Amino acid sequence: MRVHLLAAAAAAALLGSIAHADARTVRWAASGDPNTMDPHSQNLGTVTMVLQQIYDALIMRDRNLGLQPGLATSWRQVEPTRWRFELRRGVRFHNGNDFNADDVVFSIQRALAPTSNYGIFVDTVAEVVKVDDHTVEIVTKIPDPILPNKFASVYIMDKEWSEANNVRQPQNTRAREETHTVRNTNGTGAYRLSIREPDVRTVLVRNDDWWGWKEPGNDGNVTEIIYRPITSDATRIAALLSGEVDFVLDPPLQDLERLRRAPGVTVLEGPEVRTIFFAMDVKRDELLYSNVKGKNPFKDLRVRQALYHAIDIEAIRSRVMRGNAIVTGTLFPPQVNGYSKEQDVRLPFNADRARALLAEAGYPQGFEVTLDCPNNRYINDEAICQAVAAMWTRVGVTTRLNAMPLANFFPKIQREDTSIYLLGWGVPTLDALYSIQSLLASKDGEPGNGIWNYGNYSNPRMDELTRIIKNEGDPEKRTAAIHEAMRIYREDVPHIPLHHQMIPWAMRSTVSIPHMANNQPYWRWAKVN
Amino acid sequence: MFAFIVSRLLQAIPVMLTVSLISFAMFAYVGDPVTIMLGQDYTEAQREALVRELGLDQPFFIQFIEFLHNAVQFEFGLSYRLARPVSDLILERMPATLELSFTAAFLALAIGVPMGVYTGLYRDSWLSRFFLTISLIGVSLPTFLIGILLILVFAVILGVLPSFGRGETVAIGWWTTGFLTVSGLRALILPSITLGLFQMTLIMRLVRSEMLEVLRTDYIKFARARGLSNRAVHFGHALKNTLVPVITITGLQLGAIIAFAIVTETVFQWPGMGLLFIQAVANADIPIMAAYLLLIALLFVIINLIVDLLYYAVDPRLRGGLRAAGGR
Amino acid sequence: MAAFAPARGLSRVFDSDLWWSFTRSPVVVVSAVVALTMILSALLAPWIAPHDPFNLATLDLLDAFTPPVWLEEGNWRFLLGTDDQGRDVLSTIMHGARISLFVGFASVLFSMTLGISLGLIAGYLGGTTDAVLMRIADIQLTFPSILVALLIDGLVRAMLPRELHDQIALWVVIFAIGISNWVQFARTVRGSTLVEKNKEYVMAARVIGLSPVRIMVSHVLPNVMGPVLVIATLNLGFAILAEATLSFLGVGVPPTQPSLGTLIRIGNDFLFSGEWWITLFPGITLAVMVLSVNLLGDWLRDALNPKLR
Repeated sequence: MRVHLLAAAAAAALLGSIAHADARTVRWAASGDPNTMDPHSQNLGTVTMVLQQIYDALIMRDRNLGLQPGLATSWRQVEPTRWRFELRRGVRFHNGNDFNADDVVFSIQRALAPTSNYGIFVDTVAEVVKVDDHTVEIVTKIPDPILPNKFASVYIMDKEWSEANNVRQPQNTRAREETHTVRNTNGTGAYRLSIREPDVRTVLVRNDDWWGWKEPGNDGNVTEIIYRPITSDATRIAALLSGEVDFVLDPPLQDLERLRRAPGVTVLEGPEVRTIFFAMDVKRDELLYSNVKGKNPFKDLRVRQALYHAIDIEAIRSRVMRGNAIVTGTLFPPQVNGYSKEQDVRLPFNADRARALLAEAGYPQGFEVTLDCPNNRYINDEAICQAVAAMWTRVGVTTRLNAMPLANFFPKIQREDTSIYLLGWGVPTLDALYSIQSLLASKDGEPGNGIWNYGNYSNPRMDELTRIIKNEGDPEKRTAAIHEAMRIYREDVPHIPLHHQMIPWAMRSTVSIPHMANNQPYWRWAKVN
Repeated sequence: MFAFIVSRLLQAIPVMLTVSLISFAMFAYVGDPVTIMLGQDYTEAQREALVRELGLDQPFFIQFIEFLHNAVQFEFGLSYRLARPVSDLILERMPATLELSFTAAFLALAIGVPMGVYTGLYRDSWLSRFFLTISLIGVSLPTFLIGILLILVFAVILGVLPSFGRGETVAIGWWTTGFLTVSGLRALILPSITLGLFQMTLIMRLVRSEMLEVLRTDYIKFARARGLSNRAVHFGHALKNTLVPVITITGLQLGAIIAFAIVTETVFQWPGMGLLFIQAVANADIPIMAAYLLLIALLFVIINLIVDLLYYAVDPRLRGGLRAAGGR
Repeated sequence: MAAFAPARGLSRVFDSDLWWSFTRSPVVVVSAVVALTMILSALLAPWIAPHDPFNLATLDLLDAFTPPVWLEEGNWRFLLGTDDQGRDVLSTIMHGARISLFVGFASVLFSMTLGISLGLIAGYLGGTTDAVLMRIADIQLTFPSILVALLIDGLVRAMLPRELHDQIALWVVIFAIGISNWVQFARTVRGSTLVEKNKEYVMAARVIGLSPVRIMVSHVLPNVMGPVLVIATLNLGFAILAEATLSFLGVGVPPTQPSLGTLIRIGNDFLFSGEWWITLFPGITLAVMVLSVNLLGDWLRDALNPKLR
């Protein structure tokens, strides 16, 4: 009897495995967990890395981060302030509802809501007009040449589903009740959400009805994605080495060498669209947290140049970053529209020149300064700051390091309670305006201008150029303006640029997936053997 | 008996109030949830709106009263980070922590008591000395280091046991258990050893010294004199007498185990309350921190009450003396 | 007269009997030597450490990740290798041990002083004071001390601005660990005080009008020094571990003054990448330090408790 039971069980197990012979599961880990499934609530990489598998946008990224048709099959600027989108037909949401113009109007308005965190992508939108069921027009407040770039980040939701589940607005954290979208999704994308256990696991299964499987290039074979957050670096790597996970999005740099040597593990290297730099307080009349009284050394260009010259960038690249950084002298990486190779030149490392400049500026004995630095935001952020603090101290600028978690760091620099700080700036729109407007424009009250310019750098010509870059429709004139802005940036030294981050991905050799500079794995292009 | 319980319950009130105040102080002053919730790009108006929505612009006293009022109903609002009700999150995580803690406590008892008995009976054998050395090393190594070493050896080098998580779990109502699947049980091994090792050595040493103490007493000598077998003397008389303090100490140590689970859960990414708490600390997710502290306080008050009742019921003579060992 | 009494009490502890038992156990002698060596090298770290790891001007990033001297690419300048910033591991361990031991000793001293005072007061005064103090002790015992330490540290963090907190973080940790361990001292001292206070000589002292404080300090205290010393030694091991655990969780001493726990936490990131020396040597140091302290404590307890001999 027992034998029969066993045989039956074995047969059942065999049948089960036959039924799933085509199942291709990928177990994916990274340090952070998405804190919501709402597509317009949190504009964070850890959220979008999951949501972009589930939700489509009107325009989507291709493998080179270029634009390709998504839920819109075509788009054009019919007037300077009017864009027209032709929508894809026959698309269904995961719950079976039809996709149409009402959903687009609804989703863009939802992204404009006060509780939305995606406002920067729709900031120029004045009105969304439904022309017919499959045509939508966007009226903008000012001519917006990079609207398609921005719209690649705006996910489209189902209007009926959202209304039925009372999620017309992005989630409201003050609510006593949990919003439906925190754990539930209904997109049109290649994968649908199957299990969502915050901080434990998120399981996605392939949506065989996805419109995109018929398009060329979307040749992935993954049928199930199991995402698990593993905060501890050591544990995450142990899990990959022991085969408990197949893909690690953010392997720590120090483990790459070992991972490359490990049998059955592949490391994919590639750049990220994010630049790391130091920004200085160039406005205050007396520097905070310093022994210099009555004046602010950073207002003197020579001091800023001295700190720049003092940095041995090659040592940082090779030791701290272990080669995984692209040294830069400018504000954004080559993938960004407006980049120019000629302007990507650093002030050379020269400690003697740094000391001479300091003496010239009236600080032959140097001075003391406090460097604010996050310790859990960018790759090896604290280690970079430690190394630079030692380099500055060696030329006479005694640097006290104040490293803290981002929960303390961002509020501190946002109060402008800082003299000099480390920041990393990513460019999701892949256009220079995003960086120049946020980081270099004066805070003049215009929406978006100088919102991350906590050193209060201000140059009237830079503001003028920002206006031009924002409104200019002629690409050539616009690029010229960007180049001029970057020339001024190099002359004024409001920042000390360090490098563009590299973002290696580590995976079992059975996984193949294109590396993406926005640090987002696109599983629809991945193959698992 | 009833009066005793009531008086103990009354004593719990100031404890809970103090912990509430501490929780709330964190609530009011630590970190800045607003920035975390807004992400990198936002306007000043959005920021102010959120501060108002969260009630962070209200005076301290009003915020505290509202906090207490809600806490009594186990209502801590939504987690800043996960946007889900804190009470739900904690209920989801509790099974993981309790299963880990009870397994660790069980291991500590199941291994610690026999080792203690053995070392008590055969004081000078080499095995006893070996056990004692091991126990000293167990007490001297910090929990996190033990965990890291176990991962290194058993997950990375040997590749025989999982290094993180709970494995497959089975849901029974709202409770999820890892006891019913092979992968769940395998995942339990390393974390529970890590967590239980300290308590195991503690119990072993306690049983040993209790055995030594008891074996010297007159009635054991008398039992021997009556011609009872060694076996009957050791297990029928001596061990029985050592068990009362051992069980009460273990009960008290359960609190310590749950507290130390924070460290173990961090090392093994065990999805329990401790990990939830530490991640909340890192993200200044104050509703979770506050709720966790209050819940842990409540749990300890209850454990303490039960242990007190045990004292009361089993052996009134024991009151006072042995509790001192319950520290750490 | 009063001033001599504690000394006499101590001499009773270190009488020949104890010395005899000390010299008889090689393990204990070795632990004592190890503990003393560590304490000395930690104390003298600023003078005898080969490098000053906190002088930024002497650090060279290009020295980073040098392995220990006996490995390939090792370097005699750095006996135990360097960490990710090019700091000499041996020197950081010596300075780290200094911080760990300082926190350990200071917090034990704090809990000892607090525990003895409260124990004496509770035992001598009795009545309501005694009841209240012992209830507080009971309540505190229900909370594992590591959690109490976490709580207090969190509370102080919450109350103080960050800059100020960094400056006093070390004292906060000492306070947090110290206050979570006074109960054992208090209970022991109280029990002994209860016994002593009704003895005739204490009665006599009271009759001739000696102040209660003087009576307690000169008559009661010496009798409890033995057990107190045992508890203190055992607690020292615990306090060092508690500090390491807090630092490992990232809430202990500030990284500008790294203790052994901080060094282990930082080094942990490099465990799998082949730079094992950054975490292993501080780990071994911590374990050996606590082990030798615990061995001494164990021996002291057995030696002072004749029943177990």
